[in-house]
Amino acid sequence: MKRYFDYYRAMMKLSILEQWQYPVANYFYMIGMVAEPVIYMVVWSAVARQQGGMVGGYTPGTFAAYYIVWTLVRNMNIVFTPYGWEWRIRQGQLSMSLLRPMHPLHGDVAYFAGWKVVVILLWLPLAFILSLIFKPELNPTLLQGVVFFFAIWMAYLIRTMTLSLLGMVTFWTTRVSALFELYFAAELILSGRLVPLSLMPEWVQNLAWFFPFRWAFGFPIEALVGNMPANELLTGLGMQLAWILFGAISVSLIWKVAIRRFSAVGG
Amino acid sequence: MRGLRLALNYLRIGVLNEFQYRANFYIQILQTFIALATGLIGLNLVFSQTSQLGGWNKSELLAVMGVFITMGGVIRSAIQPNMERLMEEIREGNLDFALTKPADAQLLVSVREFRFWQVVDVLTGMIVMAVALSQMNWLISAWSVLGFFSAIVMGAVMIYCFWLVITSTAFWFVRVHEIANLFEGLYAAGRWPIDIYPNWLRYGLTFLVPVAFAVTVPAEALTGRLTFQTWIGAFALTIFLFFVARTIWKIGLRSYSGASA
Repeated sequence: MKRYFDYYRAMMKLSILEQWQYPVANYFYMIGMVAEPVIYMVVWSAVARQQGGMVGGYTPGTFAAYYIVWTLVRNMNIVFTPYGWEWRIRQGQLSMSLLRPMHPLHGDVAYFAGWKVVVILLWLPLAFILSLIFKPELNPTLLQGVVFFFAIWMAYLIRTMTLSLLGMVTFWTTRVSALFELYFAAELILSGRLVPLSLMPEWVQNLAWFFPFRWAFGFPIEALVGNMPANELLTGLGMQLAWILFGAISVSLIWKVAIRRFSAVGG
Repeated sequence: MRGLRLALNYLRIGVLNEFQYRANFYIQILQTFIALATGLIGLNLVFSQTSQLGGWNKSELLAVMGVFITMGGVIRSAIQPNMERLMEEIREGNLDFALTKPADAQLLVSVREFRFWQVVDVLTGMIVMAVALSQMNWLISAWSVLGFFSAIVMGAVMIYCFWLVITSTAFWFVRVHEIANLFEGLYAAGRWPIDIYPNWLRYGLTFLVPVAFAVTVPAEALTGRLTFQTWIGAFALTIFLFFVARTIWKIGLRSYSGASA
């Protein structure tokens, strides 16, 4: 156990030091990303104003809150991509990680977790500016804040698991980009990234319950912005935990089969 | 004339090159289809709550989306690949190969790449526009048609100039790769007519990143909103941006010092 703890601590420290050297690159990336929620925010605020100030339970102020929190959750959602897995497998880069006495997923989880620390620090001024411009209505309770803190890290783990599973498809076929595109489209619709799920038709909302997407994206935002009662907040955390466990078990089971198909030398 | 022939030759080579990878064609169709589907879902979600947005009704916004997709196809087939290659070559120092050729360097770096399969987007956008127009009962005058085609050309030239300016900054800053990501984010704002954005953003999208002229103005022509003043303004800005871009490119070229090639 101590072995893992030390490894995580060292790896996170390493990635924090590494990423802290590129604040400008990190910022450019973030600003490009912020354009997307700002567009949604403007469109939906316009719709809300046209409908007398509220649509689907959101006012322009709460839309602003939703999409500003969105930017943080989106950043927490950045994990090692399936395209990275493809590269790793196709180019034989995996060989090196296989020599280490630890599952390569630990490296990914630790490295990106460290990066998140840098990302959150850089995000704070950006969120401040966005708040000045768009004036969000956000009054979370202490419980909501605590749940949110755990929910974004759990969301990070869920997305790490699901995207690793997706990336591991590359062990069987290298024609994966079409599959990835479909996955990301489904995620866009069912996660709450395009619009808060409460604006979706009833059946889409019901459907979203059974996919990991909303637990990795919409739920953390709604936990902070919405008025979820305590039991719903806890149910949400439970669902997140279930998806993490399910993901971790699937990854380790599939890994055992998949790794036999890996035949690269060198790397 | 010689320049045009050169451009056409590069175009031909680009097309031939792409024909070697036919599987990419199907992937492109799938990508276009996904982008179209998500766009339509977004549009329908908005119009399930309201009947008009910033003075535009649903079929008019469908026309905006058509222009957005078509222009996106033009950018990704002809403009962006050239500029990304240019960025790379400035950084790596092998722009020499282009500079030593006996043709205008700006022309040369702007026509070398062509991603033929992106034309799927151009066609899809046109189909979307046709559907939108038929929903509007083809209420269209000679002025709208002329205005539309000239606005599309001017919009594409403006986007090209914008890219060239940004890319030319690589002569000084070297690492500007994140710019591509930034542009994609900002271009996505064109999916909606710029009237809906708050003022500061509207000016930014008009004059800093000419998304307004690339998408909203052609769409205005299609929906019978284009005024002569706007058209003249677009024309003047196109010429102005072209000179600015050419000047910055020339100044940048002077500080190019690659010698690795």
